[in-house]
This record gives sequence, structure tokens and C-alpha cells, in this order.
Amino acid sequence: MEDSMPKNNDSQTILRMEEIHKSFPGGVLANRGVNLEVSQGEIHCLLGENGAGKTVLMSVLYGLYKPEAGSIYYKNEKFDVHNPKDAIQNRIGMVHQHFMLVETLSVAENIILGQYKPWKVLNNLEPVIKMIRQMSKDYGLNVDPTSLVQDLSVGEQQRVEILKALYHGADLLILDEPTAVLTPQESEHLLDFLRQLADKGLTIVFITHKLEEVMQISDRVTILRDGKTIATVKTKETNPRELAKMMVGREVLMDLNKKEKQPGKMIFSVKNLSVKDERGLPAVRNFSFDVYEREVVGIAGVSGNGQSELALALAGLMDSEFDSIILNDILITKCDLTRLNQLGMAHIPEDRQKMGLILPFSVSENFIAETFNDRPFSKFGFLQFKTIKNYSQSLVKKFSIRVGDVDEEIAHLSGGNQQKVVVARELDRRPKFLLVNQPTRGIDIGATEFVRQQIIAERDGGAAILLISTDLEEIFALSDRILVMFEGQIMGEVSPNPDMIEQVGLLMAGKTIESAL
Amino acid sequence: MDLLPSILFLQSILAATWRMATPILYAAVGEVFSEKAGVINIGLEGVMLIGAFSAYSVAFESGSLWLGLLVGILAGILSGLIFAFFTITIKANQIVVGAAFNMIGLGITGFLYRSMYAVSPVPLGLKTFPSLEFPFLSSIPFFGEVLFKHNIMVYGTLLLVPVATFVLYKTAFGLSIRAVGEHPKAADTVGVNVLRMRYVSVMIGTALAAVGGAFLVLAYADQFVEGIVSGRGFIALAVVVFGRWKPWGAFWSSLLFGIFYALQLRIQTMPDVNIPYQFLQALPYLATLLVLVGFNKRRVQAPKTLGVPYK
Repeated sequence: MEDSMPKNNDSQTILRMEEIHKSFPGGVLANRGVNLEVSQGEIHCLLGENGAGKTVLMSVLYGLYKPEAGSIYYKNEKFDVHNPKDAIQNRIGMVHQHFMLVETLSVAENIILGQYKPWKVLNNLEPVIKMIRQMSKDYGLNVDPTSLVQDLSVGEQQRVEILKALYHGADLLILDEPTAVLTPQESEHLLDFLRQLADKGLTIVFITHKLEEVMQISDRVTILRDGKTIATVKTKETNPRELAKMMVGREVLMDLNKKEKQPGKMIFSVKNLSVKDERGLPAVRNFSFDVYEREVVGIAGVSGNGQSELALALAGLMDSEFDSIILNDILITKCDLTRLNQLGMAHIPEDRQKMGLILPFSVSENFIAETFNDRPFSKFGFLQFKTIKNYSQSLVKKFSIRVGDVDEEIAHLSGGNQQKVVVARELDRRPKFLLVNQPTRGIDIGATEFVRQQIIAERDGGAAILLISTDLEEIFALSDRILVMFEGQIMGEVSPNPDMIEQVGLLMAGKTIESAL
Repeated sequence: MDLLPSILFLQSILAATWRMATPILYAAVGEVFSEKAGVINIGLEGVMLIGAFSAYSVAFESGSLWLGLLVGILAGILSGLIFAFFTITIKANQIVVGAAFNMIGLGITGFLYRSMYAVSPVPLGLKTFPSLEFPFLSSIPFFGEVLFKHNIMVYGTLLLVPVATFVLYKTAFGLSIRAVGEHPKAADTVGVNVLRMRYVSVMIGTALAAVGGAFLVLAYADQFVEGIVSGRGFIALAVVVFGRWKPWGAFWSSLLFGIFYALQLRIQTMPDVNIPYQFLQALPYLATLLVLVGFNKRRVQAPKTLGVPYK
């Protein structure tokens, strides 16, 4: 196979996108004059923060969005793409960040979906299944074509997505943040695999915001910021520091000045917590841990291993079974939200838009979402608007939230500022125990810095903090102890020493601590 | 108690069961297509009425039952087109549009019936599809009555259910329908035209609902009366859920409704039973509802984007 597709060494351009403009209803300018030029057979990274316009640009190429202006040239011809079918027929494949797989269908059905005329009888999928098996063998992408997608792990689903694109036939393969859902080892395999594909002549566009990945895998990198192309550089001629600066627009210092841990008394303790997910299957199994004063306990794990259910159960938002929960010396028999709040728990939920905030409400209404019924915000059942406004303005100032007026609808704020509102509301209650789930997901570097500093400040101020995050870098930066979660169980406890990152990766993949060390 | 009367009683109930289930089954199998594609059409009742009236008036005027059936189906397809335009293109709330269809169906067929036939000097009855006689089979005791003395539209369900299953599970078309209801964006990214798929599925649904309505006038009663569908469209909706969104599931669960319907009809005619007939009429609906409530605990998932417009 290596011989049949020799690597194309001359830098022939396969794709050129010129001055792409794309905006969305509500006035968001996702792309405002983006340029991109990709050479045949290279791995080209698209680097940028969330909201920089990377995914939108590739969705335009794939026919999912229609740009207002700009032109695309593909394989030396003007490329007019109206829908994904045009893209597929022109051998462009895309692996989306949120998998485009129908969970109730089998792997084979997902792969052939849309490939035949409607009246085609699919009585016998055996030849297709055989071909998929052969392909998965050739490429080393191990999946069973007859199993249902809903029974596959996230890593396997990603393999299905890649197989699907290759089955449809791809000369240009786009991958949108493919490592976000993988363990470090799985990521490593994926990157190796993509390198092999590129060596066989396939062109790859790799969307990411992780600098290490850019350095490791790409031949060239194009940096996007605020919907504009900042630069395209050869990876060999740049370094992470320079890339970060171009991506963010300023020097980045991610130093948290974390003080040494000061041991304190136990604040929160759980014994044998079990939670069932929506389908009634066990999501958290016999989970036991303690959190002490002035410490951050990090829960690491690949997304979907029971972290969401753990957080919801602890916050009293999901039914659970347990032997005991102790919060602030009080033994709790039932996870009841109001009771937990009274005992000094605060919760920063994983999804600010679905759980943390009421989007059609104003900033100040969101600030008092938990306390609106208490004095001084309410007297005799009447809201005290002046008090509320003053309070809100003080929080906006204290947490440097960028908003014109506290009466503005919170939906209009950027993700980072929305998250700051949640953090401000929860921290202002001076919690004894703080439950934090994915505090910096989908927000820009500046807001990330700020939120992390606030969490550390809270720890130094005496709070016990449980941090759940799928971002390993975040776990290592903030935690004093790390628990690794896999399929609802604790696989082991490790210290946040950078040397331990590989072991944590193995634990995240379900290896036991003995085999990991 | 003597054995013979009980056997005759059972025979008469079972003989009516399949016939009672037929109109519901047509509508339910149609709704399976619609819901599999992600569109819930609670306007089945209205569409069945439209199908029933169109079929009746054409059959009555032309004297041809088959022509009546054909026009009924066309009226169903047209209703589906309108329903799809509002729910899929304009993205109006499917429940609201469905409710409007029920009211419009009842109103328009009632109005047309009164203005066209209420003061008719001629008898309004049709000569309905006759029961078929199979040599030998029809004369088997008990089973002959129960299984082999029905009309062509009842036997049509034996074709309908396997064909629907084949289309949904063994063709590229069916694969697209199922994908479009679960994860329309995934279907879109591989080149399936989501909106077109939903249009077609909705129209298959309303065409079959209209057949169910037409059955009531062409092969059951011999004429149209106002509100003749009397809740069967709603029962069909329940039957879809109870049948786990599968044609064979719909088949068995509409038979379940049919047996209760037949039972209450028989009890009504029994001289020494003093249950008010209103209660008996409610029995099949109540029984179907109760079974549904018990069944819902089994957590069978509806198509994931049911009721949600795409883009």
C-alpha cells in the first residue's frame, strides 16, 4: 500500500479558501475574511481559541454553512459546495467534534447511510460488513461493524467516524478537536495513525487549541483569532510560546502561584455512593472519598465515565444510594439540595447554559437565583430591586465581568463572562464545600486564568473543593490529590506530579494502579 | 354453564377483533413512518375523517369503492403535504398543528356532509366491500369465522405490516428515515436530505391514516356520519408507542384494542347486563391506556428528535 501512494513531496496546493465571511443571526461574526491554504499530503493544523472560527470555516468547506462572501479553490478548480453531499463526492471527509453517528444504528448502517439511492434494498449487508472489516484491519482501526454505536466507547465511536470518512473516499480529511474525548494514550495512537495516513498521501486538516498537538503532529499551522487569519507558519520554524501569543493576542502566563497545601480537618466525606444513569445502568459504583479543608481533590477521567452523574448526585439533582455522606460534621441521609446548600455547599455545574444560568433572565436575576427569597433581596415577598442592583454591580466589579448593565440578558454575554457569573454567585456564598464540574470548558484563556485563580483563592481561604474535569492539564494545575475515574469507579489516587501524567492516562483507560505504576 | 354458548361468544368477539383493529392499524403503521422520521402527527383523527369523507362521497357519487379509496388516499397525501409544510418548512409546533388538523377535519367533514347529504332524498348507503369466502378454509368451525370471512381491506393489513417492516428495515430509504428521526444532523452530514425525508414520511403517514378512515365507510359502516372516526386516531397514536415504533408492534397492539372493542360491543347487546353503555364504550380506550401506563415503565425510547424541527 505504501508503494501505491507515494508521498507527494512537492508542495502542491490542494485547497485554498479566500476571504471567507460568515455571520450568524444575532450578529456573531464567526469568520470575517479568513484565508487558508493547504498543501497536498500535509497535516495542517488550524489553531485558535474557542470561538475563533475554526469549526465554522471547515463547516463552510464541508457544505454545512453557506458563506456570505469568499471563494474556495479545491484541486485547482473553483469549488462550489452547497451541501455535504458535494463535499463527500469531491472526496472531502470530516470527523466532527460531536460525533455524527446515529446511536441506535449499527456501525455498518452508519457507514452506508446516505450512500445509496432510496429504493436500494439492503437485505444483505454482509459484503459491506466484510469490506469494513477489511478496512479496519488495513488501517488498524479496530471496530466490529455489526455492533450498535450506542454500545461503543467514545474512542471506538471516533474510529467509526474516521472509517466512515475513509469508506466514503477522502483525499482531504478534516478532524475537529479529535483528541478532546480521548485518553493520552488513545490520543497518541490517533496522532501516529494520522501521520501514517499523511505519509500515504492523504491531506489532513486538524482543528485544535492544544499547542502540544500542533507541535507534535503538524507540518504547518494556521492561527485564527476572532474570525480572522493571524498567520500561517511552518511548525519547525515556530515554538509553543509564539503560537500561544498569536492565538491569544498577548503574552500568556499560566502561573497560578499555588501555595503549599495546609492540612485541615475533614469537611466532606462520602462512603459507597452509587448512581444509576438515565437508562438505569450503573454510572457511579461504590464511590468513596474525603475532602479536607484547604485542599482541591481532582477527579480525572475521560468524559462519560460517570463524572456527570457523580456531580449531579452529590448536588442532590439525581437519585443515588450511599452508606453515608458527612458534610461539615453533619451526617446526611438524603442528598437534598436545599439542605446541602444550608450546610455550606456550592455547586458550579458542568453546563452553565443548561444548569448554571437561566439564559433569558438578566445578569442580576441570575446572581440572586438561589437567594432571591431571602433578606435583603426580598422583603414580605417583594423583590428589593435597588439592593439587588447594588449587590450585582459589586459582584460584576469584584469578578471583573464584562457587561454593560446588570439588567442585560445573560444570553448576550460571552461564554467566559457567563461562567464568571456562575462562579461569582457560588463563591460569594463563602462555601465550606465547593463542587466544581468542568469550570473552564469552552471559555477563553483569559477567563480560564481568572476562574482557576478564584478556585485556588477559595482553597487558600479554607474551602474544601472537589474538582471534576476532563482537562488533564487543569487537574494537574489545580489539584492537591487526584482520583482517577473509569466506568464509575475510582481506579486509584495519584499526586499531581507532572511525572505521573502517563500513569493517570493508563488509569483513565481502565488499567489498575498496580499495572500502571 | 354450557360450553357451546361460551364458544360462540368467544367466536363472535374474535371474529370482530381483527376488523375493529384494522382502521387503527392502518393509521398506526402510517404514524410509525412519521414518528420514525421525527415528526409526531397528533392530527391523525382529523386526517382519518378527511379520508373517510372523501372516500365516501366519491364512492357514493361514482359508485366505485376503489375510486373512493383512491381519492381518500389522495386527500390524505394532500393533508400530509399541508401538515408537513407547517411543521417542517415553517417549523410550527407539531402538537399545535396536529390539534388544528383534528378540529379542521371534524369541522370541514361535518360541514360538507350536512350541506351535501343531510337532506338527501335518496338512500345514502354504500354497498361495502364484501366478505371473502375461501373454499374449505371459511367453513372450518370457529377458525373459519374468526380468520377467513373478512373483507379485502382487513386482509390488506397482512400485506401492509410486512411491507412496512421491509421498507423501514431493509431499504436505504428506511435507513434514512430512521436516521433522520434519531440524529438528523448526522444524516445531513452524509448527504441525506433531512427535510425531504420528513416530508415523505409524513405523507406516507397521512396516506395510511386516510386509508384507515376510508375503511370505516367502505368496509365497515356503509355511510359517513359526523365524527365517525370517534377517537380511533388517538388510539392509533397510543398504539404506536405501545408497539415500540414498529409495524409488527402496532399490529399486535391494535389487535389488543380490537379485542376490547369487540368485547364491549357484545356486552352492550347482552340483555341482563346493567352497565351504562357510556362506560362500556369507554372500556377499550381505558384498557388501552392502562396497558400503556404499565408499559411505559419499560423505558423504550422514542425517536430522539421526535417533535423537534430540524434547523
